[in-house]
Amino acid sequence: MEPTILSYCKIKNNTVWLNGDEIYIDNKSVDFDAFLVNLYRHINLNYPKFFKMDNLCKLGMLAAEMAIRNNSKSDNCEKDKTAVFISNNSSSLDTDRNHIKTIEDKSQYFPSPSVFVYTLPNIIIGEISIKHKLAGENAFFVTEKFDEKLMHSYTSIALQNKHTADAVCGWINVDGKEYEAFVYYVEKSNFNPLIKGFNMPHNPETISRLYN
Amino acid sequence: MAVYFGADNIISPLGFTTAQNLEALIQGRTAVHKQRFAFSDSVFCCSKIEEIQLNDGFSAISNNPAFTQLEKMCIISIQDVVSHSGIDFNNKENLLIVSTTKGNIDILEGAYKNIDSKRAYLPVFAKTIGGYFGCANTPLVISNACISGLLAVIAAMRFIENGSFKNIVVCGADIVTEFTLSGFKSFNAMSEEPSKPFDKNRAGINLGEAASSILLSSDKISAVKISAGNSANDANHISGPSRNADGLYLAVKRTLEDAKTASVDFISAHGTATEFNDEMESVAFSRAQLNHVPLNSMKGYYGHTLGAAGVLESVIAVNALTSNTLFQSKGFELQGTTNELNVIKKTEQKTINSCLKTSSGFGGCNAAALFEKV
Repeated sequence: MEPTILSYCKIKNNTVWLNGDEIYIDNKSVDFDAFLVNLYRHINLNYPKFFKMDNLCKLGMLAAEMAIRNNSKSDNCEKDKTAVFISNNSSSLDTDRNHIKTIEDKSQYFPSPSVFVYTLPNIIIGEISIKHKLAGENAFFVTEKFDEKLMHSYTSIALQNKHTADAVCGWINVDGKEYEAFVYYVEKSNFNPLIKGFNMPHNPETISRLYN
Repeated sequence: MAVYFGADNIISPLGFTTAQNLEALIQGRTAVHKQRFAFSDSVFCCSKIEEIQLNDGFSAISNNPAFTQLEKMCIISIQDVVSHSGIDFNNKENLLIVSTTKGNIDILEGAYKNIDSKRAYLPVFAKTIGGYFGCANTPLVISNACISGLLAVIAAMRFIENGSFKNIVVCGADIVTEFTLSGFKSFNAMSEEPSKPFDKNRAGINLGEAASSILLSSDKISAVKISAGNSANDANHISGPSRNADGLYLAVKRTLEDAKTASVDFISAHGTATEFNDEMESVAFSRAQLNHVPLNSMKGYYGHTLGAAGVLESVIAVNALTSNTLFQSKGFELQGTTNELNVIKKTEQKTINSCLKTSSGFGGCNAAALFEKV
């Protein structure tokens, strides 16, 4: 028996898919920064802290918001039994480069704590956890490509423990103008094809299919 | 299935083997001291490995110059574990996990002329190390702020327990450069003197660099096992520790529950020596009714070694168990937390059978694990 994927959100090329449906698209000429703000407004996130975040966290917050909002479980999930497992390729390099810019010119030397705090990739896990009050397990993996086997394996192990009932999982990557997010919500309950609404079995093949 | 600890190593200014490091701890030596850097007029109190010491250590095992400082530290550290355990990374049953916060961050600072800048990407950095050891499995990178090292140890336990791998070497490593020094300085989080974890007069962290490795195995290769481990999030603030210590308390409580024990002989705490971190830990241990348990922080000896810290402190905790040694928590003199803790003031021999290891970090993350003699 397999746990159940209850929702997923994918963001790339200025396009957003929710549970397989294209729900938002911006013109290709819209740059990444503007796209993030447009999407923020489109989904009525209404979370002013968003504007303090780096692009990795902005992207992750939007993808997580949609995956968490749009499923049958997250409103009644046990917050301290909901894990957040995220992975990416570029860690926090996008913001690392911004921090370097604040220190490389000695005549304009202004390292800033509000930039520096985002030079850790797992800050997105913190941001998701704060917004949705999730206090369960955490892990941030850095892999060359999205690794559905790793994510499936680590999530499955956690779901077998009584301390984890649900998990927000995925891939949130930003590297300059290149970006991609894929966030999905898994619950421990066994997949049942007879249940109405979006749901999928939690296995590597399905995760890979949803990602691609 | 039980998961046992095996061969281990610490690369730090205090030595390039675990034995040298333990000897330094017994003598009460610290790697932290005041030093100057080319990039700043300020004096920084931190722990740095001498370049000449590193290159001597590296030339003893390889004459290939094409590695960064961090890669050399990792390779020497992992090689020591390979030499002592005979683990073969060419075998698909064995995995290398690397824990780091910043990896080859000095590449971004322009430290190298002949190193591919792609090695600033953590998967490429890890693959470079994996390539050196001929790893059949791509090394896995965990980068989860200051709990990276302990989380990697916990992940290794889980992958061995579920049969994915038979042996896993966890290597934690980070370097001290202008990147982190300037960042923590902008946070006003750094002490100008050697840090004083849990002390009344603590004034912040010292940064430190180190690499540390440890083997975990499904085979009973030692008398110490990892019984349980959990992580939890404060869901409170991205850079400030939780006032009620919710995340750390939860990680500790669940770990003791999983290990089916309430018996903890000593705590290897995170103890960064910032006002709020140490206070938060005292709240967590008090809530878990562990505030009477002898406790230490290694930060007074090594500074905060970021992604290496959880591995390095696990190595010392495992060795403390096998040698029945409670190591002094260096820098501590006066009770300095609202909830009184039993901070170890003097290194002493005592029969100890279990250790609770904890870490906490930015992003509200916390981890706890229980190590026990079998």
